[in-house]
Amino acid sequence: MKLGVMVNPVAGMGGAVGLKGTDGAEVLAEARRRGAVPRSPERTVRALQKLLPLRESLTVFTCPGAMGEAELRECGFSPIVLDCGFPGESEAGSSREQTLRGVQRMREMGVDLLLFAGGDGTARDICEVAGESLLVLGIPSGVKIHSPVYATSPESAGELAANYLSGARIPEKTAEVRDIDEEGFRQGRVQTRLYGYLRIPFERRRVQGLKSGSPASDKVAQEAIGAAVAEGMEPGVCYVLGPGTTTRAVAEALGLRKTLLGVDLVRHGELLGVDLGAQELEALVQNSPVRLVLTPIGGQGYILGRGNQQIRPSLVRRCGSKGIMVLCAPEKLRALEGEPLRVDTGDLELDRELEGYIRVRTGYSQETIYPLRAL
Amino acid sequence: MGMNMQTKLRDFHQARWDEPIIFELSTPGERGMLLPPVEEEVAQKGAQGLAKIPASLRRSTPPALPEMGQMRVLKHYLRLSQENLGADLNVDVGQGTCTMKYSPKVNEVLAANPALSELHPGQDESTLQGLLEMLFKTEHALKEISGMDRFSLQAGGGSHAIYAIVSIIRAWVDATGQSDTKDEIITTIFSHPSNAAAPVIKGFKVITIYPDAEGRPDFEALKAAVNERTAALLITNPEDIGIYNPRIKEFTDLIHSVGGICSYDQANLNGIMGITRAKEAGFDLCFFNLHKTFSAPHGCGGPGGGVIGVTSELAKFLPVPLVEFDPSKERYYLNYDLPESIGKVKDFYGVVPVILKAYAWIMSLGQEGLTEAARVAVLNNNYMFRKIMKIPGAGAPYAEGEHRVEQVRYSWQKLKEETGIGSAEVQNRMFDYGVHYWMSHEPFIVPEPFTVEPTESYSKQELDEFLAIMEQIVKEAHEDPEMLRHAPHKSTIHHVDHDYLDDPKKWAMTWRAYKKKYTGYFEPRK
Repeated sequence: MKLGVMVNPVAGMGGAVGLKGTDGAEVLAEARRRGAVPRSPERTVRALQKLLPLRESLTVFTCPGAMGEAELRECGFSPIVLDCGFPGESEAGSSREQTLRGVQRMREMGVDLLLFAGGDGTARDICEVAGESLLVLGIPSGVKIHSPVYATSPESAGELAANYLSGARIPEKTAEVRDIDEEGFRQGRVQTRLYGYLRIPFERRRVQGLKSGSPASDKVAQEAIGAAVAEGMEPGVCYVLGPGTTTRAVAEALGLRKTLLGVDLVRHGELLGVDLGAQELEALVQNSPVRLVLTPIGGQGYILGRGNQQIRPSLVRRCGSKGIMVLCAPEKLRALEGEPLRVDTGDLELDRELEGYIRVRTGYSQETIYPLRAL
Repeated sequence: MGMNMQTKLRDFHQARWDEPIIFELSTPGERGMLLPPVEEEVAQKGAQGLAKIPASLRRSTPPALPEMGQMRVLKHYLRLSQENLGADLNVDVGQGTCTMKYSPKVNEVLAANPALSELHPGQDESTLQGLLEMLFKTEHALKEISGMDRFSLQAGGGSHAIYAIVSIIRAWVDATGQSDTKDEIITTIFSHPSNAAAPVIKGFKVITIYPDAEGRPDFEALKAAVNERTAALLITNPEDIGIYNPRIKEFTDLIHSVGGICSYDQANLNGIMGITRAKEAGFDLCFFNLHKTFSAPHGCGGPGGGVIGVTSELAKFLPVPLVEFDPSKERYYLNYDLPESIGKVKDFYGVVPVILKAYAWIMSLGQEGLTEAARVAVLNNNYMFRKIMKIPGAGAPYAEGEHRVEQVRYSWQKLKEETGIGSAEVQNRMFDYGVHYWMSHEPFIVPEPFTVEPTESYSKQELDEFLAIMEQIVKEAHEDPEMLRHAPHKSTIHHVDHDYLDDPKKWAMTWRAYKKKYTGYFEPRK
């Protein structure tokens, strides 16, 4: 089996000195000035120690220096060090570009699993290159861990990776990559945004988020929701599919290929447009009845105004609250921990009109009545 | 080992046997008892009898039973029993919602009595008068307890009862010509999940209500859910988190106002038995689990009883047969003459030994005793509630400052934030002290949950023992969290990988399934 190991050696440095993240060169410099020391190399070593029994049977690829090579050698591995276009002599050699380049090389090598150490920022970078093409697993090392692509601890990451690489049948799951705006976070505002999805091996007690459903139950729920919505589609009506894996399941039920983060349009069981901007979208639905098919962002519950700003208030008004279909697997709804669904269309008057209770489809024949609030 | 009266903690270590499963112990040809060969004539008669069974119904190969001597079988099961933490062994108050109470052993003697155990359900009813009288009188008691007009004792458990109830609702909708207009059933997230599952099988759409800030079903959400399509409400009260909903009559009134009917999930009646009734709360149907409130033992999917009660308007849909009494002949009889019945939900008349144990328990306590049992269950719960809330790190979400009824859903969220130790780790450590609590809190809404239900059966000393164990574990969480992460240390097994239960590709409920999934082949016996 081929294992890839990548370390963001500066991940987590900001946290210990109160900086709420380490994204960007200036913040990193400030973290160093405040006396921050690297955190992820030590955590990577803890994870790698769990893989030692497999040392002889694994082909390990990594990036130079502190981005993986050093940690692997410390544990007694003899990795193949990839040419990532930088020497990697020090932690300074770990800019975002180098991460992107490193992931690209891992893809080329066809690794079976990429084990990476970092935080939400690192997950975003990996997602940008790899998407769902690589199986990955995070060693939690960053200040911010909002993305459930990380194991619960470095040891759990190592154990789960070892189980997977030794041939145990571990289910895979598509997990959200989320990050907050660090600048806003430092000023006390928490807003997470969905950046994409990564494919991870999943064992309930080893992956972040105890409330997660099993991969089977999540997938089954999404498929059931998708099938029900697809079957109920009326001829002549335009269905605006917002971003997300749940809305993607609707397209899949129709045999269509939806963009994961884009807003797509379906009518008569056919795609009228993908990854549409606001104007394109409004032009296409101009002469048809229209429905919005939306799913909330995990963990915060926004159905409008986060990641789907292409759906402008005027279009929402046209649909009215009866024209909004909200889809959400039961576990995702429970993970909101009682917080309401939210709308932030940019038109506060409209947001207030939408407030109240809304039907959320949670299965083929299941719905939940759930509160919806303006920002 | 005795309990240390100073610390209230036991020096405990559970038995640990490296015992294979019984199929792995099999040696072909080994027998517990060797019988002499039968006479030629007997063998011939036997063969003639077998020949009368159609070939399609006869086995072509013998059943794949394990083969071994009697001594080995006895050791096997005794060892397995030592690896259990059953209700007869530990302070079993941690399995909240399950109502693990004292099941009088004398009732086991009654159920095992040959006068019952040697009856055959196919006997003529004239030879079953005693049994039918017992079933008839049990129904009478249940009618008094609930206010309902008729009961069926046929279903074998709670989810089975819910399925029967939804079947009755389906029959009622169809019989009243509302099949095209009433297709939605409303339930709550803290009602048992079977209430949300069964209606789908009977062709209804299920609408679920979340709790309000106080943990009670959100009445405003109910108002948003109710419409002309509402066929029924399936609801529990108090719900699994232990909070009573005093507005329950408003809920049932609202459903009735749109022509729907209401079913009360009273699988666990323990806190309100003899105090409130389904009828006065406006319900049209209800059910009780005899293996919870009515003391029949339960666990591991063993024999149970889910008895369903209905108003007289719905009695015609009940499963058949009903037990009736003919005063003119002074005979009990089985009534199959219900043309609109949903049919049978189980063979014969129900799980009779379970019904007998419940009947004996009801008769031994009487009306006052039943009410007293509920009062003591609530008192015990109040005691535990006060004590647990004083343990640092413990909390009880919703309805702050209010009492619960017979159980409480607590949370270790604060402990988790302070120490990194959550409910799963506490649960694993409890085994080291010879007790347990469970975490199967579907749905997982309360963070780091645990639910304690002391019932009326446990003494103050036993409750104090359970409390002392929790206090000790919280102390350990602060002093040595790493040790807790690796608990249990004194139990039969270490961690169980739940993923094997989640993944259809991995789970194996039978030996045959295990062999097929893990070795790729199951070889039938020749």
